[in-house]
Amino acid sequence: ASRVMVASRNYADFASEATFEIKKCDLHRLEEGPSTTAVMTREEGLHYYKTMQTIRRMELKSDQLYKQKIIRGFCHLYDGQEACCVGLEVAIKPTDHVITAYRAHGFTYARGVPVREILAELTGRKGGCVKGKGGSMHMYTKNFYGGNGIVGAQVPLGAGIALACKYFGKNEVCLTLYGDGAANQGQIFETYNMAALWKLPCVFICENNRYGMGTSVERAAASTDYYKRGDFIPGLRVDGMDVLCVREAAKFATEYCRAGKGPILMELQTYRYHGHSMSDPGISYRTREEIQEVRSKSDPITLLKDRMVNNNLASIEELKEIDVAVRKEIEEAAQFATTDPEPPLEELGNHIYFNEPPFEVRGPNQWIRYKSVS
Amino acid sequence: ALQISRGLWKKYGDKRVIDPPISEMGFTGIAVGAAMVWLRPVCEFMTFNFSMQAIDQVINSAAKTCYMSAGAIAVPIVFRGPNGASAGVAAQHSQCFAAWYGHCPGLKVVSPWSSEDAKGLLKASIRDDNPVVMLENELLYGVPFEMSEQAQSKDFVIPIGKAKIERQGTHVTLVSHSRPVGHCLEAAAVLAKEGVECEVINLRTIRPMDIETVEASVVKTNHLVTVEGGWPQFGVGAEICARIMEGSAFNYLDAPAVRVTGADVPMPYAKILEDNCIPQVKDIIFAVKKTLNI
Repeated sequence: ASRVMVASRNYADFASEATFEIKKCDLHRLEEGPSTTAVMTREEGLHYYKTMQTIRRMELKSDQLYKQKIIRGFCHLYDGQEACCVGLEVAIKPTDHVITAYRAHGFTYARGVPVREILAELTGRKGGCVKGKGGSMHMYTKNFYGGNGIVGAQVPLGAGIALACKYFGKNEVCLTLYGDGAANQGQIFETYNMAALWKLPCVFICENNRYGMGTSVERAAASTDYYKRGDFIPGLRVDGMDVLCVREAAKFATEYCRAGKGPILMELQTYRYHGHSMSDPGISYRTREEIQEVRSKSDPITLLKDRMVNNNLASIEELKEIDVAVRKEIEEAAQFATTDPEPPLEELGNHIYFNEPPFEVRGPNQWIRYKSVS
Repeated sequence: ALQISRGLWKKYGDKRVIDPPISEMGFTGIAVGAAMVWLRPVCEFMTFNFSMQAIDQVINSAAKTCYMSAGAIAVPIVFRGPNGASAGVAAQHSQCFAAWYGHCPGLKVVSPWSSEDAKGLLKASIRDDNPVVMLENELLYGVPFEMSEQAQSKDFVIPIGKAKIERQGTHVTLVSHSRPVGHCLEAAAVLAKEGVECEVINLRTIRPMDIETVEASVVKTNHLVTVEGGWPQFGVGAEICARIMEGSAFNYLDAPAVRVTGADVPMPYAKILEDNCIPQVKDIIFAVKKTLNI
């Protein structure tokens, strides 16, 4: 049988960039907002696509591993919200700072932790990004401060990081994220006050995925205009399903902070396909139809794919090849995460303190002692 | 309000001495966040009673982060302020938090008594790369202490985790921290006239506790009395007694260890009531005599 030669597109056939209309942001206490057009190069598009797809498949793999009981405890998945963490990351610098709550796997990846280290942390192995000490809710890397389990507590922390940024004078900002559920926490309002008073370079970001655990925003908040809740802090409401919209808004917001004007607030309207966590099927407080509707009309990855294909920035085959490569990477990472050994028992007492001479830690009874090394 | 930072703002200005609004949870979280980027903040609570509003930030954000991050993120911060009973400030303003903070791995907890303790421990705490809770005492702020030349020198630090024997003795070991150390010394002076020589240990650090110094003393004196201002249940004295039982010193005890503590009630206001809720010199003397069976 003869082989059929299929003519493949070569790179000269693609456009190098395209300009897109993006949704205008609702503004609070701002005369102007981010641009309503965004330019995206082919390289940028491919990068955004690959990153979002990697996060998507990583989260789906986590779902699988959790159901197989290889991941235990809490597991809050980010699929559906990929445009948020990717749009933010590409708008800031590696020297900027990011802190978020527990739905953190996407940010952990975007900030530079490899998939295998994320999955191995979820499965509690020594190859995990924090050696199995933290798990799903406590992953960290350079300029990424977690991964925080207590709802709302990360917001004052983020403003504190911003305070240090201002003090050190290196023109860095801190992205301080929280959800629609956390948005009603008192400590967030305390933080708004101090951030505004001291003009901290803090970008407050509310990822509004419409549900705080099982409570819809309408049932939780007297005002669901989260971008206005900072009152004296200017705000913008952003389409969180469009990576370009998020990117442009983040560029606008970080520029505002870097100019020394003080804090700013962004509300990203987004959606999570999974329930609040793996113990929540996610259909008792919302309909399957609603989830399906978002998937078919607003999926961030599909939106980007359509834009790229329709504007000749990439071909469907090329994106499919990326999908295949991503799947392979996730499979290998999962393989690592399920075969890497658990952390050695001797490490149980380590890292209680930082930069401390070794000391002994008491175990479950007085005869069991662990060594603690920093 | 208590002027511990008097003069600092004048010297260092707004950038380094910040006067926040009364939002403990918020400003404590801000301080912890700043610590994560190595700003080395000193976070003052007007009294530790208000730290309860911010306790999540102290424990979950500060104490546990180094461990959860396998050492990737350090939190070099000092939380300081007056702790425990004052004079006539009633129940909500008089609680001792030594046991609460001393309970948590990841924190260091220090409790100065003398001026040299205050200086040496504060300097050591600031230089420590870990979250340190420094429990000061309001009534001690106005008490003058002798300070040696060495203690007055620029880099004088006291090691965290090391107790000090304030008075040598042979008949009974008195272990205490903060203001009650002074009461122990007073009790020791009275008892000395009756021929009882007390060894008075100033713990200086609650966590990590220097139990070795206490054990060595008990091996010598065979009797132990712990003295603290906080409530009896699950307190500092309870921990000392438990550890003595678990260790080598147990076999040297000639009588059960005894605790002198604050009374097990919320602090009342009226002077006669308040006075009888805190351990007085007479209570310490009574406990010593009971232990020695004299």
